[in-house]
Amino acid sequence: MTARDELPVKGSKTRTQAGYIGKAEPRANAKRLLQGRGSFIDDLRFPRLAQVVFLRSPHAHAKIRKLDFSKARTAPGVIAVVDGRAVAEYCTPWVGVLSHLKGLKSAPQFPIAIDRACWQGEAVAAVVAETRAQAEDACELIVAEYDPLPAVIDMHEALAGRHVIHPDLGDNICFNREVDFGAVEAAFAKADVVVEESYSFGRHTGVCLEGRAILADYNAAEHTLTVHHATQAPHMMQDIFSKHLNIPEANVRVICRDIGGAYGIKVHVYPDEMCTAALSIMLRRPVKFVADRMESFLSDIHAREHKVKVRLAATKAGEILAFDLDDLTAIGPYSVYPRTSGIEGNQVVNLTGGPYKHQNYRAKLNVVFTNKNVTCQYRAVGHPIAVALTEGIVDLAAQKLGMDPAEFRRRNLVPDDAYPYTGAAGMKFELLSHHQCLDKLLALMDYKALRAEQAELRKKGVYRGIGLAAMIEVTNPSPAFYGVGGARISAQDGATLRLEPTGMLTVLSSVTEQGQGTEGIFAQIAATAVGVTMDKVKVITGDTSTTPYGGGTWASRGAGIGGEAVLQAGKALRSNILDIAAAILSVDKATLDVYNNEIIDAASGASRLPLAELGRVAYFRPDTLPMKFQSELMVTRHYTPREYGFTFTNGIQASLVEIHPDTGFVKLLKHWCVEDCGTVINPMLVDEQIRGGVVQGIGGALFEECHYSEDGQLLNASMADYLVPMSGEMPDIVCGHVESPTKSSELGAKGVGEAGTAGAPGAVMNAINDALAPLNARVNSMPFTPERILDALGAANAKG
Amino acid sequence: MKSPAFAYAKPRTLDEACGLLEAHGEESRIIAGGQSLVAMLNLRLAAPGLLVDINAIEGLGGISVQGDRLVIGALVRHREIEQSGMVAENCPLLAQAAPHIAHVAIRNSGTIGGSIALADPAAEWPACCLALDATFRLVSKKGERRVAARDFFKGLFATALRPAELVAAIEIPLLPNHRSVFLELARRRGDYAIVGLAALARPEGGRLHDVRLAYLGGGDAPILARHAMQAAEGKPPAADLSAELARDLSPLADLENRAATKLHLANVLARRALAALAA
Amino acid sequence: MDHTSTLTLTVNGTKVSRTVQPRTHLIDFLRDELGLTGSHIGCEHGVCGACTVRVDGTIVRGCLTLAVQCEGKAVDTVEGLSDSGELAQLQQAFHERNALQCGYCTPGMLVAALDLVKSEPDATRERIREHLSGNYCRCTGYQAIVDAIETVLVHRRKEARA
Repeated sequence: MTARDELPVKGSKTRTQAGYIGKAEPRANAKRLLQGRGSFIDDLRFPRLAQVVFLRSPHAHAKIRKLDFSKARTAPGVIAVVDGRAVAEYCTPWVGVLSHLKGLKSAPQFPIAIDRACWQGEAVAAVVAETRAQAEDACELIVAEYDPLPAVIDMHEALAGRHVIHPDLGDNICFNREVDFGAVEAAFAKADVVVEESYSFGRHTGVCLEGRAILADYNAAEHTLTVHHATQAPHMMQDIFSKHLNIPEANVRVICRDIGGAYGIKVHVYPDEMCTAALSIMLRRPVKFVADRMESFLSDIHAREHKVKVRLAATKAGEILAFDLDDLTAIGPYSVYPRTSGIEGNQVVNLTGGPYKHQNYRAKLNVVFTNKNVTCQYRAVGHPIAVALTEGIVDLAAQKLGMDPAEFRRRNLVPDDAYPYTGAAGMKFELLSHHQCLDKLLALMDYKALRAEQAELRKKGVYRGIGLAAMIEVTNPSPAFYGVGGARISAQDGATLRLEPTGMLTVLSSVTEQGQGTEGIFAQIAATAVGVTMDKVKVITGDTSTTPYGGGTWASRGAGIGGEAVLQAGKALRSNILDIAAAILSVDKATLDVYNNEIIDAASGASRLPLAELGRVAYFRPDTLPMKFQSELMVTRHYTPREYGFTFTNGIQASLVEIHPDTGFVKLLKHWCVEDCGTVINPMLVDEQIRGGVVQGIGGALFEECHYSEDGQLLNASMADYLVPMSGEMPDIVCGHVESPTKSSELGAKGVGEAGTAGAPGAVMNAINDALAPLNARVNSMPFTPERILDALGAANAKG
Repeated sequence: MKSPAFAYAKPRTLDEACGLLEAHGEESRIIAGGQSLVAMLNLRLAAPGLLVDINAIEGLGGISVQGDRLVIGALVRHREIEQSGMVAENCPLLAQAAPHIAHVAIRNSGTIGGSIALADPAAEWPACCLALDATFRLVSKKGERRVAARDFFKGLFATALRPAELVAAIEIPLLPNHRSVFLELARRRGDYAIVGLAALARPEGGRLHDVRLAYLGGGDAPILARHAMQAAEGKPPAADLSAELARDLSPLADLENRAATKLHLANVLARRALAALAA
Repeated sequence: MDHTSTLTLTVNGTKVSRTVQPRTHLIDFLRDELGLTGSHIGCEHGVCGACTVRVDGTIVRGCLTLAVQCEGKAVDTVEGLSDSGELAQLQQAFHERNALQCGYCTPGMLVAALDLVKSEPDATRERIREHLSGNYCRCTGYQAIVDAIETVLVHRRKEARA
């Protein structure tokens, strides 16, 4: 029995509809976007709107010797030109640390650099003008002089610490962590097979098609600040604007309408955005900042630059005994506020080896500062790295043992009946389904037939590879993720449901929408829980002044946490509706139910009262109700995951590729993903989350990397040079599901937003290496460019 | 990312256009399709004082066969070439190359004359023109002159164009007995190629004659690989021209490829192209 | 030199005149001068396709087209193509197939897709992928978009036979 069978609408006493849960309902909010009637920040029109453009440091590390604004200030349309000190008068600095990541340290960061710039692209001045073009014109008139300082670019150099970026911190180490569970040394000593490999992961960035965008509107008369913001976490930003701009919380309103892609990029505090809000206060008028593409590359958070060494110990029989990990990652000059830049590496430590039942695990992590753009949490935080290195070394072990990679995994995946289970890294798993997922995947892709075809084609000189990647994914994070570390980031979310006089249903949620379909699934849950049809439901999100308080959208939490709040509010509202109906009809509440926008007789299904009539009475003729009866047609409920730190999900992906050994080109032929996100609320939206995530993961495996020169210049800050996946090269992706609902909520939903991105790079890497295996070549540095593959083939040839 | 300000003129005649270019010298730039120029303007990599839009000038468009030549006006869009039956029939190499140029929306605007005048070493048309031994009609106040493609490309974005001179048309000799192949290795469809090859030859009894191999991405200009051509001349398709190509090409390393990698890929393309020409 | 030009063109069937700076590209013109904010800016260097609009019946990059170059021309944007119903089949198919998430690429994607549907009724999935290869979508992974366009093509082929 899945959780959705337990929903109230399918209770034993009702004969009502199965509900919308599990149905592939199209999203209502997609319609405006399809007609170009969305409302993105840059679409908003305001009187007296000014635009800000930033002068950004051309050096990776430099003392700002001189800034001369005299020419810029007199340029046409210019309203203000300011430096870091001027902005600091209005906005206090911040430090991105979390107390539960022990020892994590960072330096104070200002909206605009003061005296010293620490990466190429850090803002050193701001120009406000009537139009963006005028502001850019004036920016070119600023005379800026710098004294370059030694730039720490290489992560090993950062660790060695010859030059310390923030002398006050003593060294370049932001955070380190070591764990040692079980008896790792002994396991390696007794192992029949030990494999070791190093992997490197390129620096990526999110490349949201809509650049970061903020429009801050300060009203001096009221001392209020209204911020239209492309952010995933409006309440978090409300708190931060309030704190750093010194405006009472209630006077700050953050509104998020349509957002053109976020993927974690838009959940952080950005100095240029804080500066925009400060400028609105300073200038007492609305000010807008929309990052252009070049600024996006230079200042959107980057992610995933890791160099990892991993070892695996196994027995001859194919039992994995231990993993041993050494991860080094570089995060730029500051730990990003307020989530910190230690989380990604921390996740790698937590997740490595996660699907397997070994009990010995050791890991070492060093997170270092460098003079490149900052890194922070981006879709699937740490997962693509942990999954790829785990699955890469698992495949290498299978190869060394002469065992089929699917079979090797079968022997080592945590059994489906072992839950609740604590993994070697200390993660607690409520209920996972690795074996069901593996079986389903192998059937879905017809693994045996593919292997046979692969062998046949190899005889003809066609090199195909099949790669598997099992994974676990952190979803529905509890306060253990950020709150316990002192960050004012809400792990709970709320939903308010209101029955309108005509029987329509308004849903207000603290979770936000960036296209995942949050509003769509909330409508499905609300309609189901209350007993109305979908066309009656209107969902409102993204406004701190109207919605309940909550965390927003990140870490695959919207459906599981926000959805549960909607469900609970819906159940309560349904009960309140039945109270009113019982009063109007003078019958026992237990004999009634809500179905298809009507009060019905629960036993016979006979129609008793349309909700529109109930609404009319409750709102306009309450005088006809019993004297002491007060109807309550608006209900708010909140939900916080508590039992587990995270509601883990699991799944497995497979990739089929063809390699052209003469060019090093990789052709993606097909991709499969079987995933268990608990209750599937909308199978179409779940599949599309998976597919979009897979392609984002493929981007990292094959195309994406921020290239820096030795002196810290980002060399490919354009979409012509930073290669994202486009339609022509992407494969069709087959999705399958296993449903193991979490028992920690009634809805049973786990998250699904990051699974695709988590597993795809590992699956593609293993497929490439499987194709290269007969040529004795192997690659382990993402992205796998043609040259890297040719180099591996060349090295294999040289070895003979 | 907004372009710096500039003035704009849209002359109706060649004479008027050349007059504006002469009067404004290096401050002026010609805009035709604008598919490279406007991107450079938006990125503030170019800051002309005046843009001279040549789109209203009569006589710079059209595709026709004139005697033994296919003549393509400078303002002909990439997409027109791609879809032209006359081009497919008389110069299949151009039809083969056209789909590799960026994407449909760009091919609808970008012009062959603009591509020739810009002389991007990674662009498709310059290499095709080299392989085809095309001639460019260049016009200025002083009149018209003709320059062979093989004398036109001088280096990185450098050509034989003189100040205040513009490309009016491209003349391509008809080669009815030749076969052609256009090959590119690009990471993604429509990207600039790592390396590409426009190849022509007259196959006869399994041997290739009048072999022409013109590379894009093989150096700082489109390059006719003369040593490789010589080595392939009159023979069955060669399997390895790496030694010759090493003399002909001097590829520039990019973010993902060393020069040696590009040379290797150029050799792979030569092998594939010659095999296809002979097949 | 004069840095403004007067421009007259037809946008979504309506003749409009404005005085603009020549440096204004077509998308800024549509968005800022005419309030047609459906066409989006994604990269402003011609790579992402978010600004794809139709000029005299063919699709172009709005960010690589100067507004002044559209003197006397007919420009169609997602707003006009929605109101005229020309995009209706594609919009319905995109909606039913969830071929959009954040929706930022969608107007450009639809205009590019319409070009294919009109010019190549027999396009295969492979050709759909090729035709859209200049339109970036970070959310969907493209498959749903390909599916939706294929659905429209199949439907139109059936209609044409009937």
